[in-house]
Amino acid sequence: MTQREEKPVKVSIFVTCLADTLFPDVGRATVTVLERLGCEVDFPVAQTCCGQMHMNTGYARPAGEMVRSFADTFADADAVVVPSGSCTGMLRHHGRSVAPGVHLPPVYELSEFLVDVLGVTDVGATFNGTVTYHPTCHSLRLLGVGDRPYRLLQAVNGLELRELPEAEQCCGFGGTFAVKNAEVSSAMGEDKIDNALSTGAEVICTSDSSCMMHLGGLLSRRKSPVRSMHLAEILAGRE
Amino acid sequence: MAKTDSTLHPRPGVAFLGMPAFTEAAHIALGDDQLRRNLGRATRTIRDKRKRSVAELDDWQDLRTAAAMIKDRTLADLDRHLEQFEAAATAAGAIVHWAADADEAVRISLDIVRAHQASDVIKVKSMATQEIGLNEAFAEEGIHAWETDLAELIVQLGGDTPSHFLVPAIHRNREEIKQIFLDRMGEVGRPAPEDLTDEPRRLAEAARLHLREKFLNTSVGFSGANFAIAETGTLVVLESEGNGRMCLTLPDVLVSVVGIEKILPTFADLEVFMQVLPRSSTAERMNPYTTMWTGVTEGDGPQEMHIILLDNGRTRALADNTGRQALRCIRCSACLNVCPVYERVGGHAYGSVYPGPIGAILNPLLHGVSDEHDAALPYASSLCGACYKACPVKIDIPTVLIEQRAEVVDERADSGRPNAEALAMRIAAWTFADHRRLERAQRLAGRAAPIARHVRRLPGLLGGWTSSRDLPPIPDESFHQWWERTRGAGR
Repeated sequence: MTQREEKPVKVSIFVTCLADTLFPDVGRATVTVLERLGCEVDFPVAQTCCGQMHMNTGYARPAGEMVRSFADTFADADAVVVPSGSCTGMLRHHGRSVAPGVHLPPVYELSEFLVDVLGVTDVGATFNGTVTYHPTCHSLRLLGVGDRPYRLLQAVNGLELRELPEAEQCCGFGGTFAVKNAEVSSAMGEDKIDNALSTGAEVICTSDSSCMMHLGGLLSRRKSPVRSMHLAEILAGRE
Repeated sequence: MAKTDSTLHPRPGVAFLGMPAFTEAAHIALGDDQLRRNLGRATRTIRDKRKRSVAELDDWQDLRTAAAMIKDRTLADLDRHLEQFEAAATAAGAIVHWAADADEAVRISLDIVRAHQASDVIKVKSMATQEIGLNEAFAEEGIHAWETDLAELIVQLGGDTPSHFLVPAIHRNREEIKQIFLDRMGEVGRPAPEDLTDEPRRLAEAARLHLREKFLNTSVGFSGANFAIAETGTLVVLESEGNGRMCLTLPDVLVSVVGIEKILPTFADLEVFMQVLPRSSTAERMNPYTTMWTGVTEGDGPQEMHIILLDNGRTRALADNTGRQALRCIRCSACLNVCPVYERVGGHAYGSVYPGPIGAILNPLLHGVSDEHDAALPYASSLCGACYKACPVKIDIPTVLIEQRAEVVDERADSGRPNAEALAMRIAAWTFADHRRLERAQRLAGRAAPIARHVRRLPGLLGGWTSSRDLPPIPDESFHQWWERTRGAGR
């Protein structure tokens, strides 16, 4: 791992409303990884939501208000790190369309920040287990993070990465799609899980709490011993 | 003529009559294991082939950009290009008609067929004639319209409706096709041989012999067009079997129904589209049968040519700032093949001749969202973006879907009826407007955690979640609470 000697990099984290409320471990893991790499981490407590759910469901006006509130909350941030590809994509690609003229700070998805800004792929993590990675749609297609998450996972001590068949296909979460077209959403998720199980991996790793919640809910209903985990949680591992 | 078992007929301009709205139709489709296997296998094959074929070109992204720009430039000036096309085609001996909607296009078509006292017509595979419900309208008047594309023939003989642009019988496997041929061909013409097997070669041979009779005995042909060249008045049809060319060259009279968005300004513009269309649709480097014709040539081919320029909602779509990009569509079907929703529910669930991601935006653009079928379509997507990435004319389908969802939301708000979703969204927006409200909600949730652990089924909107998925356990403290407890008051 690279210990950074120079002046600490100041980052503000946007934990996302979903991780904040239901998956605080994802936020804590994000803090752990960033601090281990010498960053000075700030969590502006006024933060709530990026507005993605409202925008994607057809409620652009409240979405725009949330983007403006995000911009106010993070107005002084040098860099905002988000443990979610889809919230990053919302802010970066749709923020100005729902909140015209808004000034947003630089926003990075976690793997982008680690690899591109800090220039690190080995974050000093240890994780003993087999993992398969689901490259979430918005990380893959909206942000184009490419192989960054894979490079981070490959550098984890003790981790064996298994290739996921049909990896690029959506897991079926899709925000309110998961409840509006619940059956199609579940059918997509079941196929994703079947593909993951075919690798024999013990963990399905993603970089979005939403995909993790969807796949985790299906795994739990199946009573499968396979776990869904967030990339940040694995990168924070020191076992 | 072909008997039709099915009650699913395209209603001109709108969804297939009798099809339930998307969510319910998807439920039916998901219960059909055979359908899911057929679709899964077929879409995976085409999608892998397309990916390989596209990867051969190092200027693929430039070609996509060029194709999108040519289409946008043309659409910005569509009226002028259409008039230029009309003048050039007329000068070359074609008769050009203008149809504002499906009814008008059908009426013009019927008048032409009646003027020739024809009882049968042969057809090139065409989306536009399906869109206007031509076959069904002809059947009501006692005129038989014979599909000659192999897959369309399967669909027609099976009393079925197409479920894909390019492979309309994608929902059928070889065994099912064999049975349809054996059961139905004899009722409408030359029967299939009794010893027919499900070998592709034998199936194709049975279709060839059956169709050959139709080609030689029918004097009126119908087609659509992939492109219409404004400067020359030329129509262009791309196909893979050669059956289309038979229909375009053998009859005495040829009628082509062409959507007004098919216009390209110049012949040179074809260069780009002849590269992007075959690779995106059939994954071929070069299209097998490309037929181009400009009006009438004495002593060669049809001696009477009609071109029906069809609006049927296209000017409505053109007026939509974000949505008009859907008119770039060249019906390649790449978006269908990469769509995880389409792969699982098939084309019929969309209830329209235009299924899949492009259908999900095109139908609401052509007709608006007041009909429940059209209003359900913008939600038939997880917004995964695979369609946008595959689209050879760069239609940003997810963004258009999001705009249309907003249209549906506005339409419902105007109706004044109580709406659980709008209420939930208002409550969520109120909660997110101030972090103290969010933190209060999180503390309440934390207190409910011991009870929530036992919840297996939620009511209302969230019931969709718990029907197949467990809820995540609610943590004892939120991230906000953890931060404040361990790091002080932040700022």
